[in-house]
Amino acid sequence: MKIHEYQAKQLLSAAGVKVPRNVVAKTAAEAAEGYKTLGGEVAVVKSQIHAGGRGKGTFKQHPEQRGVVLVKSADAAKDNAARMLGSTLVTIQTGPEGKLVSALLIEEGLKIARELYLGVVVDRESGGPILIASTEGGMDIEVVAHKTPEKILREPFDVEAGLRPFQARNIAYRLGLEGPSIRAAEKMLAQLCKFFIDRDCNMVEINPLVVTAEGDLVVGDAKVSFDDNAMFRHQDLLPFRDLSEEEPMEVQAQASGLSYVKLDGNIGCLVNGAGLAMSTMDIIKYHGGFPANFLDVGGGANVDQVTEAFRIILADPNVKAVLVNIFGGIMKCDTIVTALLTAYDKIGIKVPLVVRLEGTNVELARKMLAESGKPIIVGTDLTDAAQKAVKSLGA
Amino acid sequence: MSILVDKNTKIICQGITGKSGLFHSQQCRAYAKEHRPGEDVFVGGCTPGKGGTEIDGFPVFNTVEQAVKKTGANCSLIFVPPPFAADAILEAADAGIGLIVCITEGIPVLDMARVKRAMVKSSSRLIGPNCPGIITPGVAKIGIMPGYIHKIGSVGLISKSGTLTYEASWQLGNIGMGQTTAVGIGGDPIIGTTYIELLAMFQADPKTESILMIGEIGGNAEIQAAEYIKSHVTKPVAAFIAGATAPPGKRMGHAGAIISGGSGTAAEKQAALEAAGVIVAQSPADMGTAVKKAIEKRK
Repeated sequence: MKIHEYQAKQLLSAAGVKVPRNVVAKTAAEAAEGYKTLGGEVAVVKSQIHAGGRGKGTFKQHPEQRGVVLVKSADAAKDNAARMLGSTLVTIQTGPEGKLVSALLIEEGLKIARELYLGVVVDRESGGPILIASTEGGMDIEVVAHKTPEKILREPFDVEAGLRPFQARNIAYRLGLEGPSIRAAEKMLAQLCKFFIDRDCNMVEINPLVVTAEGDLVVGDAKVSFDDNAMFRHQDLLPFRDLSEEEPMEVQAQASGLSYVKLDGNIGCLVNGAGLAMSTMDIIKYHGGFPANFLDVGGGANVDQVTEAFRIILADPNVKAVLVNIFGGIMKCDTIVTALLTAYDKIGIKVPLVVRLEGTNVELARKMLAESGKPIIVGTDLTDAAQKAVKSLGA
Repeated sequence: MSILVDKNTKIICQGITGKSGLFHSQQCRAYAKEHRPGEDVFVGGCTPGKGGTEIDGFPVFNTVEQAVKKTGANCSLIFVPPPFAADAILEAADAGIGLIVCITEGIPVLDMARVKRAMVKSSSRLIGPNCPGIITPGVAKIGIMPGYIHKIGSVGLISKSGTLTYEASWQLGNIGMGQTTAVGIGGDPIIGTTYIELLAMFQADPKTESILMIGEIGGNAEIQAAEYIKSHVTKPVAAFIAGATAPPGKRMGHAGAIISGGSGTAAEKQAALEAAGVIVAQSPADMGTAVKKAIEKRK
């Protein structure tokens, strides 16, 4: 689960990590008020969406307006906010459709001496959490890792003990910090790592981490996401979820226990198992077609779930054919066909439907398909099914 | 011969009184009965609070420790729900279970980090979580795979995915091949046993003549495996990597199947494997024939 920058800063601040003084504004008047509350000369107005690249992003409705701006008066805060709120921000990460801005973060301006990078993620290699740091703050860390890998500092830390003080000092000195900043880093890095563990995060990214003229360390921007599998023990975080930031069909699928990801192609896929679902997309592409989605109905799908899966796939106007690929293991093929035929009747499928079945009770299932009287195209194996699905588009 | 599972394997199920736990325990017991009539392979299960009872002929114990004492079990199949699964794994390790197979999907990743850390000192081996389990055809099935798809043969199979393993085993069966052992390692970011450890076991197993490795996008385990194959594996190896068409930044069903920051792509994994002399199937329909090709290439 991803959250907004303002929410991340709220949680980090509560965990003892220093963030700039800020106010959240949902109207232009609140933005002006926020500027006055902060009381400084300079304030930053930042669009709140779940995507990066906001500073360089522009609005569909206001091509001259940037997603993040510096303001020096309450009026400027108000004018900018009026253009940003309710408008669609397009950045390098949002895709051309952009994202609607419904909240702004108004922050005090900082006296920036240096900008650093900090990230905490789970490292598959060491099998635990890892702190990543770099002197190249404010840059895309993946670009830094690619071009100057020596500038990426990696410090795996113990999931039980957290980041040790000496580990924090090592990183602080290697980042070239000095004087009071060393102490500040020792405290902040430990708190950040503790936050990551305590909250079951997937990722915490502070980019940039601002070193102020006074040597203090303050969070410039924060991206935080949580492990969906651990949400059962963080019920207090649920209100932070912003459904408007998620693909509606993916949300609907999740609610029905289906795993769905929308893609740009025109052949819808309905598969059991994640690996086979990915492979089904791959084989469609291999034979010259384009998959419209990833969809895993799971190991024990019932009639309702299969019906819902069809509904979701067919709700995508791009879908011009559907490929069902089932390898019945414990789940019997005839169960799937029963569900399929019921769903077919309930929904009324108007695009070509190619079905490939294999595994437990496949003979019975094929017989049921043949006797159903429905114009279902049977694929004998993976290749045949993929080719027939691609071909059905031309017919 | 085979790896991990042999005629001495005695299995219990943690979570045996749950719906899936019981169903799959019954399936595994039936598989053992069919292939090794008269032998006691699946010896019981555990559910805290239900010790002393019996479910469909399986004795139920409160703790793994008690189950081990009474049954001599050395393998545990775990179906415990995600919030409690990490504890179940550690309980099995603590009780001295040598082979722990965790089927549970959806365990918090930091729980697995804690398990991984705790098991450094343990001599137990963990397979999974979020995996279909292990099968040594004709000997024992410890997992949720349909037994009949897996034919006895000489291919060592290692896979991150369940249904893709079935697909591969079925394709092998169609060309008259089977497996020594098929191992599902799981689709999570942190897993108990990786490709490399299993490649080493298959390389050392005299009955295994070739290896099929099924991977997917996300992480770099396949790339590390490729490096290992290059320097340590002399047997023919074939592979398939799922997710060539997956978009970056999106999780593809499995918690670990995500391309992040341009790395973990299918293309880089395929390239690394090919550079290590592995025959990489371009289409998932060609996994079986890729094994055949790999064997022919070595001849």
